Amino acid sequence: MGAFKLQDCHKKTIADICTYYKNEPGNLIKILYSAQREFGYLPEDIQREVARILNISVAKVYGVVSFYSFFTMTPKGKYPISVCMGTACYVRGAEKVLDELKSQLNIKVGGVTEDGKFSLDCLRCVGACGLAPVMLIGEKVYGRLEASKIKEILDSYE
Amino acid sequence: MAQYKMHLLVCGGTGCRASQSERIAGNLKEEIKNLGLENEAQVVITGCFGFCEKGPIVKIVPDNTFYTQVKPEDCKEIISEHVLKGRKVTRLLYEDPSTKEHISDSKHMGFYQKQIRIALRNCGFINPENIDEYIARDGYAALGKALTEMTPQQVIDQIKKSGLRGRGGGGFPTGLKWEIAAGNKADQKYVVCNADEGDPGAFMDRSILEGDPHSIIEAMAICGYCIGATKGIVYIRAEYPLAIQRLKIAARQCREYGLLGADIMGSGFDFDIELRYGAGAFVCGEETALIHSMEGLRGEPTVKPPFPAQSGYMGKPTNVNNVETFANVPAILLKGAEWFSSIGTEKSKGTKVFALAGKINNVGLIEVPMGTTLREVIFEIGGGIKDGKKFKAVQTGGPSGGCLTEKHLDTPIDFDNLIAAGSMMGSGGMIVMDEDDCMVSVAKFYLEFTVDESCGKCAPCRVGNKRLHEMLEKICSGKGTIEDVEYLKNLGAVIKDTALCGLGQTSPNPVLSTIEHFYDEYKAHVTERICPAGQCKALKLYTILADKCTGCTACSRSCPVGAISGEKRQPHVIDADKCIRCGACYDKCKFTAIHVQ
Repeated sequence: MGAFKLQDCHKKTIADICTYYKNEPGNLIKILYSAQREFGYLPEDIQREVARILNISVAKVYGVVSFYSFFTMTPKGKYPISVCMGTACYVRGAEKVLDELKSQLNIKVGGVTEDGKFSLDCLRCVGACGLAPVMLIGEKVYGRLEASKIKEILDSYE
Repeated sequence: MAQYKMHLLVCGGTGCRASQSERIAGNLKEEIKNLGLENEAQVVITGCFGFCEKGPIVKIVPDNTFYTQVKPEDCKEIISEHVLKGRKVTRLLYEDPSTKEHISDSKHMGFYQKQIRIALRNCGFINPENIDEYIARDGYAALGKALTEMTPQQVIDQIKKSGLRGRGGGGFPTGLKWEIAAGNKADQKYVVCNADEGDPGAFMDRSILEGDPHSIIEAMAICGYCIGATKGIVYIRAEYPLAIQRLKIAARQCREYGLLGADIMGSGFDFDIELRYGAGAFVCGEETALIHSMEGLRGEPTVKPPFPAQSGYMGKPTNVNNVETFANVPAILLKGAEWFSSIGTEKSKGTKVFALAGKINNVGLIEVPMGTTLREVIFEIGGGIKDGKKFKAVQTGGPSGGCLTEKHLDTPIDFDNLIAAGSMMGSGGMIVMDEDDCMVSVAKFYLEFTVDESCGKCAPCRVGNKRLHEMLEKICSGKGTIEDVEYLKNLGAVIKDTALCGLGQTSPNPVLSTIEHFYDEYKAHVTERICPAGQCKALKLYTILADKCTGCTACSRSCPVGAISGEKRQPHVIDADKCIRCGACYDKCKFTAIHVQ
């Protein structure tokens, strides 16, 4: 995947988002949230553009982006996988599920497969502890997982 | 409004939705239509019932039939048998694990018998997207009472008298907090609801917001009236899309009904709320960090004082309460402070919601009076340990809490008793562990979390926790010494004393409490190089039982490092020095001849 190039149309989208939030630096998190929804991730150029419009330093924007786990500076796969690493899932074997995913996809946590199909992340508690261990692919929740079920689930994504 | 004879309540909580509860609701509706019963029976998607283990759940009222583990294909039978002919579908009823009897009414289930639902009073009972259902359950009556019959001070006095303490973890008296905020003069004040539930394994705030969003809005308005604030902000995790959606719907309905906005109920009191999204930072549960995050900054805490009640959001007096705390407020005003304070223990009044999870039979969301013992929670409500294993520990309070053991089972749970036992209430996560869980690994797991979530502002937390984590890694990989355990204790004490905020000050708790209660386990790791629970990979010792080995060579062929040797049809042996403890031989052996210690 090539580096992100900021086009005029992107600039307009960012400007629109900022205007919607009154160009208010206090709304920075909301602005970044909307921008990430729009672009899927927040590469450096987008952060620079937001900083320029809000008239704050790029360091400040980067500081916020890197602080919160919700924001990402790398694109996600077509099907983002998130393994719940909450305590309930952990004691019911989430680590084994994660190891299996790592070896099946041959990527590390935070990585994306070469074909851009899957990305792998951990998250803390989906709130479905009754189904532990749990993972999400996109917004679909898979519960009561076992390492042996992983291949079949991945194969169902074309 | 149509008068239905029967209501089919389908759980719309996160767990049940993940098991297709929406499809179930759809199928039920379709079957009702097929049989022409549209005017007789109604399907309602509600909030969480709590009994997540047995989900998806469908409850039928007025006869209170509680169907568990319903599948989309069961819907036809439910409608044609139960709704049409009045015959219960026995196979879908809950089966009591000891008597094997089918129980139809949830009131008679062990899981619900000991529970008293105040904060969760409407969860699983009303349609959270319909304000009329909330109003029918006395919703907004408490706000009406406060605005028309009481002065702000009278309301504060009621809350103080009730003994309600903050449910987010700290346990600070709520009434006192309101009084302080009310006492500070300013042109603008704020009411903030902390819905940034970050504690892994706790999902009560989410369930309340999803199942009963109006109770939070009502309580925030009451709080606004008391402290003199016209603006309320709900700081909610962006990862909770359903809760966000339901809050938005609820707020919109309130504005339509004149329950939010200008001149509420003609009292001259103005109040409205807005939402702010938390973007995934555990430290934002801390009040000052949360306020910075709302201002669009990094969520770093600052030294108190000044307290938010003096100078909070935008430098104005701000009152921050947690979701569950707010959920109790309307009930207190309607039923009275005496009623509330009659429940619970001397210093902890009312009830507490716990998210019961881990190695337990009945995973779910429960609400019990303060003072209930751990034994009642784990063995009566929770149905005991999964797969008949032995209880080892229960972790309360999340990453800031500690592990409690068998000797604490009969301790009544309240704020002060948990702290005295080396743990804390926290937001109410309760993770049960059995004999297979290694307590050193559990401590390591929590430290991993804290290191990840430390904001990096103060050195004790940023550096100290990292050192604690490294030391635990060393112990789990079989390289630790007994001095390291002492080092953990000392460093833990220093971090507790010197860290800036609540996160740092409590982060060594999982380590310190496991060292205190499971010292022998730490000792086994460092002196004998054994993990008694068999969890630490590096400490596993693989051997071949000569009497069981047939010499099939399956193990030696699967070993990636050539650590297994032996003649065909002769017992093989593992070279412990070469072995990398991958377990491949264990998986391959058909004769259970590989022994793991």
